[in-house]
Amino acid sequence: MSSTIVQMQGITKSFNTIPVLNQVNFELRKGEIHALLGENGAGKSTLMKILRGVYQADAGKIIVQGHEVKLASSSDARNNGISMVFQEFSLIPTLSVAQNIYLTREPRSKFGLLDDRECEKRSKSLFDEMEVDIDPKSLVEELSTGYRQLTEIATALSQEARILILDEPTASLTHTETLALFSLMRRLKEKGISIIYISHRMEEIFQIADRITVLRDGQNIITDDVDNLTIQEVIEHILGKKAEKALQWEENTCVDRSQTLLEITNVSCNRGVKDISLSLFKGEVLGLAGLMGSGRTELIQAIFGMNPIKSGEIRVKGNKISIQNPESAMRAQIALIPEDRRLQGLILIHSIKDNFVLPMIKLNRLQRRKLFVDDQKGNDLSIHYLNKFKIRSDSINKVVGLLSGGNQQKVVISKWLSTDPEILLMDEPTAGVDIGTKGEIIEIVRQLAGEGKGVIFVSSELQELLAVCDRILIIKKGKVEQELDRNQISSEERLHQILQGA
Amino acid sequence: MTDHTVTQKHRSRLSEGFSDFVKRFYWRDYVVYITFLVIFTTFSISLVDDGFLSRNNLLNIMRQTATISVMAVAMTFVLASAEIDLSVGAVAGLASVITAIIIGQYGLFLGIIAGLLTGALIGIINGALITRVGIPSFLVTLGMQGIATGTAMWITDTAPIPIANKTYTHIFGSGNFGPVPSLIVWTLIALAIGHTVFRHTPYGRQVLATGGNEIAARYSGINTKKIKFYTFALMSTVAGLAGMLYAGRLHSGRFQWGQGDELSVIAAVVLGGTSLFGGKGSVIGTIIGAILIGLINNGLILMGLDASQQMIIRGAIIILAVALTGRKQQS
Repeated sequence: MSSTIVQMQGITKSFNTIPVLNQVNFELRKGEIHALLGENGAGKSTLMKILRGVYQADAGKIIVQGHEVKLASSSDARNNGISMVFQEFSLIPTLSVAQNIYLTREPRSKFGLLDDRECEKRSKSLFDEMEVDIDPKSLVEELSTGYRQLTEIATALSQEARILILDEPTASLTHTETLALFSLMRRLKEKGISIIYISHRMEEIFQIADRITVLRDGQNIITDDVDNLTIQEVIEHILGKKAEKALQWEENTCVDRSQTLLEITNVSCNRGVKDISLSLFKGEVLGLAGLMGSGRTELIQAIFGMNPIKSGEIRVKGNKISIQNPESAMRAQIALIPEDRRLQGLILIHSIKDNFVLPMIKLNRLQRRKLFVDDQKGNDLSIHYLNKFKIRSDSINKVVGLLSGGNQQKVVISKWLSTDPEILLMDEPTAGVDIGTKGEIIEIVRQLAGEGKGVIFVSSELQELLAVCDRILIIKKGKVEQELDRNQISSEERLHQILQGA
Repeated sequence: MTDHTVTQKHRSRLSEGFSDFVKRFYWRDYVVYITFLVIFTTFSISLVDDGFLSRNNLLNIMRQTATISVMAVAMTFVLASAEIDLSVGAVAGLASVITAIIIGQYGLFLGIIAGLLTGALIGIINGALITRVGIPSFLVTLGMQGIATGTAMWITDTAPIPIANKTYTHIFGSGNFGPVPSLIVWTLIALAIGHTVFRHTPYGRQVLATGGNEIAARYSGINTKKIKFYTFALMSTVAGLAGMLYAGRLHSGRFQWGQGDELSVIAAVVLGGTSLFGGKGSVIGTIIGAILIGLINNGLILMGLDASQQMIIRGAIIILAVALTGRKQQS
């Protein structure tokens, strides 16, 4: 019988009279991994910010280890053993691992100077305890994302954290890194540390979590042991009444194999792509599957002019074209939804509308009297897409950085659809978006295929690839390893085996 | 009953509209205008006997700030693209010298062309070093500052070159166009063209996008290097023009004209609400910022403060205003 370490009771919070959390109860036991689920905007991050002392609840109480506490700041939370591992990393790349772990709390030597050696010694014993192999002297910028995350966890543990909050920790990890993180989480659990795990990835949650809490519209819908639930049930809890057929394969009848939209022959790049040939037909969704670093991203960046092509040729509708930069790709009616929307897709400090009009301005589609930008037309078009894709925002002038991930992604998609592309390259278009939006994005892809466009769809989520693709290419080490018709793949497990090379 | 609820609904929508307006009114965006009004009113009241409000004094302020204003308009583009140009003052000095020499030897027309070409050439070199070679703009333009000033000193032996051409001095700074001093006309032209290009042309939007997030701008098809190159070429050409305005106002070319102006120019742009980190800016704000600096200079002189006290107060006001402009990070 494990004891309760954190209890949040009747937590209520609203912003500008808009209720975000309504009487939420949340309980965390000692030494458990508790998954917190919900769509973007369901209240997960607000609840966690209250627990971290960033926000204060309007009503309700928080009990940590039997005592009611007031968490007025993040240092209050830290003193109560609550620590967050950030999704966007908060390490300083040019300092060493040990210096980062003890930043602002550096051990001092006799004369009050910083004692790097002591710092490294303590870091080493932390890592030993975690059973991970990181050299405390190495610079953070030399570490992979996975190791950086482990360093962040070490920082939290060095502060005597008993409760760790992990927000989408696996979003940027490779498969092996994910496995390493999971085994660390299990070891921490055995040491009595409690972990709150936020993720959109169902399979992982069912692998690692002990219990699940689902929030929807600011309310606790269910808290239960993982063993009592199925993935399907959890998805239903997350989505509520919304029917879930987005992730089921529908036969696409629009593929026209007599018309090739895009043909790539023996294309090689200095970065990541070795002698790749492929063709994309009208109305087809072509999936690219492969592990991270396999060259899938590099390939579609090459098609979009962001990765210089060394040799080989590209034909669009039979005409040979030369793609030196994104502009020439755009003129050939190619669009790229890049993998990192915050870095590559959007200018976060600009409004929805200013982001939306950018490609059209570049293509001179928004001109008034030759020299000027036609703002009225830009406004009308962005309002049109705001409504069409149900982007949740009160106006097109809202700063894009303030939107949720799913809505941001819809802005990126509409920004490119406004240029009326024939060929869409989508790189992880559903990464980090909630299940509801994911369904909508997949629906958009199907519609585009239905309109006779060609889509190249890159994804790490096999379920999603199987739901929407007509053909799937397996990419390995910069080459096409295998081409599979959707009908040839019997199940997700089978695709997984093929990917792993079995 | 129904009527009642309708009015209530209507009323609540009205009050929502108002509170929305209050919420959206980021007063920090208007700091430069508010500061301008406050300082202007203060000086108007306290310095009324010293002739602050006289037509001559006000025109004088505008004339003295014209060169700063004109350069600040171009600097708005540079800062908005997340770059910086420290060579503008030195370029103005060199352009004033070259213009004066060429007018003396080859006449008016070639003198004007030479002044502008001097600026353009330096801008092209700056732009190429920054975008092609990849040296940070801070370093390139810091170096160029020395090169331009040094060249101006060298070819003139540090002596002023007088300009005798009346047409030139009339157009570039000393004369009037009708009732309006030519320097004010130049300021207004810079404002009108600058604002239109910044807000309403594809180039202006691409400058903002480049400064807002260069990677995302490239993924949107923008050739960010080209945009930055143009921005530096434009900046130095305008600095050349400012140097010619100095030469016109002071009837001579000298390496000292414009020396140290880069600081006032950058201060004016930042006061006007343009972000030092790029992606955000306003040409109208810039002009108000430039005039505000002129206003402060003028008021402090009229107050009878000596030069040292003026410098202290000027510095403090600029820091205060910029501190108020820095919008709190939104979480």
